[in-house]
Amino acid sequence: MSNSVLNETKQYLTFKLSDEVFGVDVAQVREILDYIKITKVPQTPDFMCGVINLRGSVVPVVDMNLKFGMNLTERTVNTCIVVVEVKLGDETAVLGALVDSVQEVFEIEPQNIEPAPRIGTKLNTEFIKGMGKREEKFIILLDIDKVFSSEELEIVQSSGNFKSNEINSAK
Amino acid sequence: MIDSLQQAFIEETKELLAELEITLLAVEDAPTDSELIAKLFRALHTIKGSSSMFGFDDIALFTHDIETAYDLIRNGKLGVTKHIIDLTLLARDEISNMLVNTGSHTNINEENTKKIIESFREIVSGYNKTEKKQTKDAVELQSSSNNKSSEKHHHFHIRFIPGKDLFLTGTNPLMLIDELREMGSMVLSAHFDKTPDFIMLNPEECYCYWNIFLKTTKTLDDLQDVFIFVADNSELTFENISNEIPKDFEIDFTKLQNIISQNAQNNTNDFRSILKEYFSVQKQEMQSEINAPKKQAQASNGHSEADSVSSIRVSSEKLDELVNLVGELVTIQATLSQVAISNNNNDMISISEEVERITWSLRDSALNIRMLPIGSTFSKFKRLVRDLSNELGKEVELSTDGAATELDKTVIEKLNDPLIHIIRNSIDHGVEAPEERIRVGKSSMGKVHLSASQSGGNVLIKIIDDGAGLNKEAIREKAIKSGIISETTEMNDTELYSLIFAPGFSTAKKVTSVSGRGVGMDVVRRAIEGLRGSVQVSSELGKGTVITLKLPLTLAIIDGLLVKIESDHYVLPLSSIEECIELSEEDIKKAHGRHIVNIRGKIIPYISLREIFSIKTNRPKIEQVVIAKINNHQVGFVVDQVFGQHQTVLKSLGKYYKNVEGISGATILGDGTVALILDINKLTENEEIIENNF
Repeated sequence: MSNSVLNETKQYLTFKLSDEVFGVDVAQVREILDYIKITKVPQTPDFMCGVINLRGSVVPVVDMNLKFGMNLTERTVNTCIVVVEVKLGDETAVLGALVDSVQEVFEIEPQNIEPAPRIGTKLNTEFIKGMGKREEKFIILLDIDKVFSSEELEIVQSSGNFKSNEINSAK
Repeated sequence: MIDSLQQAFIEETKELLAELEITLLAVEDAPTDSELIAKLFRALHTIKGSSSMFGFDDIALFTHDIETAYDLIRNGKLGVTKHIIDLTLLARDEISNMLVNTGSHTNINEENTKKIIESFREIVSGYNKTEKKQTKDAVELQSSSNNKSSEKHHHFHIRFIPGKDLFLTGTNPLMLIDELREMGSMVLSAHFDKTPDFIMLNPEECYCYWNIFLKTTKTLDDLQDVFIFVADNSELTFENISNEIPKDFEIDFTKLQNIISQNAQNNTNDFRSILKEYFSVQKQEMQSEINAPKKQAQASNGHSEADSVSSIRVSSEKLDELVNLVGELVTIQATLSQVAISNNNNDMISISEEVERITWSLRDSALNIRMLPIGSTFSKFKRLVRDLSNELGKEVELSTDGAATELDKTVIEKLNDPLIHIIRNSIDHGVEAPEERIRVGKSSMGKVHLSASQSGGNVLIKIIDDGAGLNKEAIREKAIKSGIISETTEMNDTELYSLIFAPGFSTAKKVTSVSGRGVGMDVVRRAIEGLRGSVQVSSELGKGTVITLKLPLTLAIIDGLLVKIESDHYVLPLSSIEECIELSEEDIKKAHGRHIVNIRGKIIPYISLREIFSIKTNRPKIEQVVIAKINNHQVGFVVDQVFGQHQTVLKSLGKYYKNVEGISGATILGDGTVALILDINKLTENEEIIENNF
């Protein structure tokens, strides 16, 4: 991960998953939607919620809680879909992240960002850009290009196949 | 880096090359058609001209020699032979090679290029030798009937009125006139009477025009070539006025120019009358008689007007964008109609109906833009058939009809490879060798017929050959041998024929470079199914084979059947659906839980989409089975509820879901929710695999 990214002051959008606060670079956030009906695509892993209609385009949605190994996101008034732009190779893909609630947008100076600890976050350190300090609290700054990378895509594919095998054996 | 101009040149040249190929093949059938030969020459000339203009000197150089040969052909001095056409086709391929490999010379076979050029030079020099001989022979003839001598002088009156936008194309008319000047002696008069007043004057427009009197040894064609790039938007008249000029009269050009400069009042008629006067005075003096009527040749501007139905070139991304937007509009319009009806507001309903009408026609015309006639693909196959039949030592004639049938651009592009496969197979396996054909009492020339026609929302493409036909026994034997079917399998003809599309199947006794490896036909079926089409074969042993491809008109919008399972909507492609029936719990009990229904005495298997999609809620008391035809088999799909027909605007599920099997895309319903489009072929295929593993 390049440290240069962390050398400039950037704005981050924070959101909550359970009680934890995460941040993503505002430049990658396209918009925030209220929860709308998500159409599940069959034979895909649970964290892939399905697809939504974003003004005429079909956009996939990922349940961030499930993606990070937590419980299924419960639907409340605060549940939001954060629409982000992710670099997939040379292309930009649009993707929705289902989160418990969206907090705020604020700036973090580089000196307030520390590198991710190698253990202890219960997350793949690859996913973490750094730990932002704010009023004595830590915010996990996510590298969403990594979180939604093509390797993660392959998981989608293989578990899809796994599902059909499951049906097979269940018969 | 290739700049956009060069890109445009490459595109244009590709088109010219395609045209060249078509014309060449047409010339082969009609070697004396001067129209066609002139077309060939024009194409070559344009390629040469524009390639040197854009810095593709190697192409220009290469084309030059070919052009020389065709110049001779065009002037009737050389006949078209198969050899020349073969060579030109090779040369065409070479040019297209050069075009693609611009900059990197690695892939260009210099030897090859040289060989082709040499051959053309041989043809030309071969002619020149005979020409010399002929001129000698012809000398006597000439003295009596002062006819077609290359040294004969022609007198032309040329009127050149450039189009106003001439300068915009970067042409300098004076250069053209200078070019004429080099061809002989000339008298020139420039006219400015069309020039507007100063305040109205647009310095970027050309107002000037010229009258030219030219004495030259060149022919009319040579003169027209000078103007070849401006002929389209200029008014050009060439008139051979040799007859008006007294024989053996030496024109004093300086004197004539003086007369004209002094007298020419700014228009064409004056110019002509001065010329006429000048000559007739001379004529009277010489007491010569009046000759036959003058010959007039109108330059190409007449026909080009009819030819160039005004068209513009648009990148396909822009078109895709337009179709996308129209798709969205269709979706929104559906929402609008729904809202209008539910509000029960008459004004709003009438507005929404109006919007609906316009939306549909907008949709139709947007989709129509993407439609291309399939003829361009057909003409490519003429070449394929020609090369292939040469290679295999067979005589095959390709005929086509329905070339004007229109299909979506994407469909046409993706149709190319499957069609090549099928045609190859027809020629390789279908059509017999000439001796064999004569032995069985057919004409030695085999026939392959390509036809396209529209039927409803589909296009039918038929590939018909009059070859040996499919041998049912051989297919059966082969299929049993390769384990595709067992010996006891009962099959009707259609099923049997469709075995040739099974992977790894080929009945060809020998493997040739073109076919026999058994990969072709299953690729064909896959490709056609990928286009949501289907393939059918019918055949008669000894008489021939007909392969029918059924394809949807467009890929962007399909007719779908909207169904519901639990709370989710799905769309099944309507084209393959035959009927819908009810499935009660009792029916399931009767079948002992097996996934089989009995419809009018016919046993039809079904797939429960609930089970496949792992939807765990309870099934309703009465479910619906949608019966579809897949690979000539009927298969049912069980859903909760059937809503009916739905105009489906296809959307991709995007990269993240690209590996999901059984779902071919998504669409947005009137209420804004997303419905998934089911790939029923794939679903059936997967189910077969799963059940076979038991």
